[in-house]
Amino acid sequence: MFETISRSLRTGVVTTNYPDAPAEVSSHARGKPQIDWANWKDARPAAAICPTGAIELRDESATRTATLDLGKCIFCGLCADVDPAIRMTNQCELAAGSRQSLRQTGQYRLNADGTQQQLLMAPATASAKDESLDAVGRQLHARIQSVLGRSLHIREVDAGSCNGCEVEIHGLNSPVYDIERFGIHFVASPRHADMLLVTGPVTRNMELALRKTYDATPDPRLVVAVGACGCSGGIFGQNYASCGAVDAVIPVDVYIPGCPPNPHALLHGILLAIGRLENGGARRGA
Amino acid sequence: MNLVPGLQAVLDELTHHFGAQIEQVHAPRPNELYLHAKAEVAGALCSTFYKKHHGRLAGVFAEDARAGQKVFFVYYLYALDAMHAFVLVRVPIPADKPELPSLTDAIPAVNWQEREIQDWFGIRLVGHPNPRRCALHDDWPEVYPLRKDFDLRAKLPPFTGERHKFREVEGEGVFQVPVGPVHAGIIEPGHFLFSVAGEPVLYLQLRMFYVHKGTEKLFESLPIPHGVRLAESISGDSSFAHATAFCHAVERAAEVEPPPRARALRTLCLELERLYNHIADIGAICTDVAFVTAHMHAMRFKERILRVNELLTGNRLLRGMACLGGVRFDFNGDQLRALGQLADELEREFGDLVELTRSNSGLRDRLEGTGVLTPKVAGDLGVVGIAGRASGFDHDLRRDFPHDFYDQVQFTVPVFTEGDVQHRFDVRRDEVFQSIAILRQVIGKLPAGPISVPVGEVPPDRVALGYVEGWRGEIFHWIHTAPGNRLSRCKVKDPSLQNWPALSEAILGNIIPDFPVVNKSFNLSYSGTDR
Repeated sequence: MFETISRSLRTGVVTTNYPDAPAEVSSHARGKPQIDWANWKDARPAAAICPTGAIELRDESATRTATLDLGKCIFCGLCADVDPAIRMTNQCELAAGSRQSLRQTGQYRLNADGTQQQLLMAPATASAKDESLDAVGRQLHARIQSVLGRSLHIREVDAGSCNGCEVEIHGLNSPVYDIERFGIHFVASPRHADMLLVTGPVTRNMELALRKTYDATPDPRLVVAVGACGCSGGIFGQNYASCGAVDAVIPVDVYIPGCPPNPHALLHGILLAIGRLENGGARRGA
Repeated sequence: MNLVPGLQAVLDELTHHFGAQIEQVHAPRPNELYLHAKAEVAGALCSTFYKKHHGRLAGVFAEDARAGQKVFFVYYLYALDAMHAFVLVRVPIPADKPELPSLTDAIPAVNWQEREIQDWFGIRLVGHPNPRRCALHDDWPEVYPLRKDFDLRAKLPPFTGERHKFREVEGEGVFQVPVGPVHAGIIEPGHFLFSVAGEPVLYLQLRMFYVHKGTEKLFESLPIPHGVRLAESISGDSSFAHATAFCHAVERAAEVEPPPRARALRTLCLELERLYNHIADIGAICTDVAFVTAHMHAMRFKERILRVNELLTGNRLLRGMACLGGVRFDFNGDQLRALGQLADELEREFGDLVELTRSNSGLRDRLEGTGVLTPKVAGDLGVVGIAGRASGFDHDLRRDFPHDFYDQVQFTVPVFTEGDVQHRFDVRRDEVFQSIAILRQVIGKLPAGPISVPVGEVPPDRVALGYVEGWRGEIFHWIHTAPGNRLSRCKVKDPSLQNWPALSEAILGNIIPDFPVVNKSFNLSYSGTDR
């Protein structure tokens, strides 16, 4: 017993200061792909090599609409290998309140050989009042206190995941990320939960269980879809055994891209969801 | 092709005994033999392998070849561990009379795999002791998803079939306790129905396949290189092991050999995957018997490893690292130093953790004699990997069928015989130290040179077997190539599929409160099982 305690004391504090300090992510990490939209000459190789269809092209007569969907991206970086206009950054905090805000779309005039000539419409840049982490961090304490009595209870639901997301969600309970320092706690039953943290793709065999879990969660409740599969169905998409994205089955408040999202990205998304509760809650009542 | 000596003798004997009923097709490697046999002799062949050659049936799977050859094929993968060889026997099943004589009565280890064939291909099992649905739930319509005339993207109507009927367990004071599919912890979904009298468990019924997502069918629709990414999503905690097994299969079909440095880097990644999972499991076993402090230390080490994974490969779960013909990213001097440092730190700190667990008598009290899987039962069920080695099955593909760089490093395979939670804990503990030693050896003799070779378009109609000893146990990928750099079949076998039924045996007579720790000591993948 003495040795157990003394070992803990010798270890000291290992918890990160995130979100007060930036995410501790290696410069080698593959996060959000950055596209140089103005100088993108030919999106076809990147679209062809993307295993999940996260880079999607629609050609109509002499124009091409190119979309990068972070909700589908598995951050493998294969596109950046074949396309000099794409660079992998290590930015991992990508959660957003709508599927649409995970998509970036540009429009090009095409040359006869299918290469891109001129950028007709650049993707919209994120608005200044975007739900940024700083804002969330500042408001977090007050919101948890006012809305959920200083404590948010999360029920995790694996609705079909490969368990990669679960490996990282476990990390939130580790002393390094220690999600309980925010008053956030994983609970055993949806009846005790304020939030469902759902990984996907939602399989046909889990569809009913997910609906029942959602119904068993008291209002006001939040749903966070985790990972490429939870956001969009990921590499599995929709098939005979998979319904695809979580929002194909239950309404979703926040989407956390990643394959899997790391604990920083998860924390960011969860905090984002709490920030949305007061506004988003109204939608629920309707 | 010259076969390894033992295998040649086996072939001679089979030819002598079965004559024209079997036919040698080819031997792509000295220790891999492909045979075609008549369906009538499948059972006799099986008993020959088991009784005379210490073989075991490592996998049974099917393929729809009705378009070309008017039959289904069923494949039996025998591992002859003592002579380090595989024999793959193919038997035809007529399309107009799709029936398969079941081997489950003799070899309980293939129970679920045979039922999977029945569910997915509509090949009726004859003589199976429990031929109920398994891989498709009872309420599914009559569909056979792995038949070629079934569309992957078919939208099935809402399921209105009958609900699963569990077996009744009756008696005075007997209760049934249903658990799942949504569990209390952060784990994958499955349903457990306990029948208990007081606290002791009389019977445990498992119902899996909640996370079946059409993975094997999906492989058939993807270009082969995309298959690597899908393989990473078969079981997230074994991303690299599955992707590597898939790459092995494709490389063999394409007759491409990855360069030495690629094989060494793969080995480093496989060991890193083993390390973070073993250490996390050791922590989780401790927390399930209320020794939370040990769990916290273990989670700290796991995080440390995941960050090194990210430094080395750009992803914490090693995703994106695997590729056909080698690996995608080389490690530079700084990265290798960081890896060496990790090895030193883990040896010291994990050593301290082991001491903490050793000195805790309460922990030993809860782990020893809990969840016993006897060597006899483990053998009957074909239990592999950690759970197999804790129940006396001295087997590890890294040693017995060396892949990647494992023939260049020295390590021992820990084997225990009690088959209780303590011994599954001990296997992991010893393997952690072995993995650290392997990391150091590989770093020490890391070959120079390229990290991949181009694979190009894989010729059609080739078959190949890929295998890797993942941290949980042996992983097999068997592929059949199709024109246009595609696959007409990809069979995936995760060790979890083999090991799940053992949980029902190990829990008997234990109390429900010990179920979490017994379950965690196996730590099987639901997704790897259900695919």
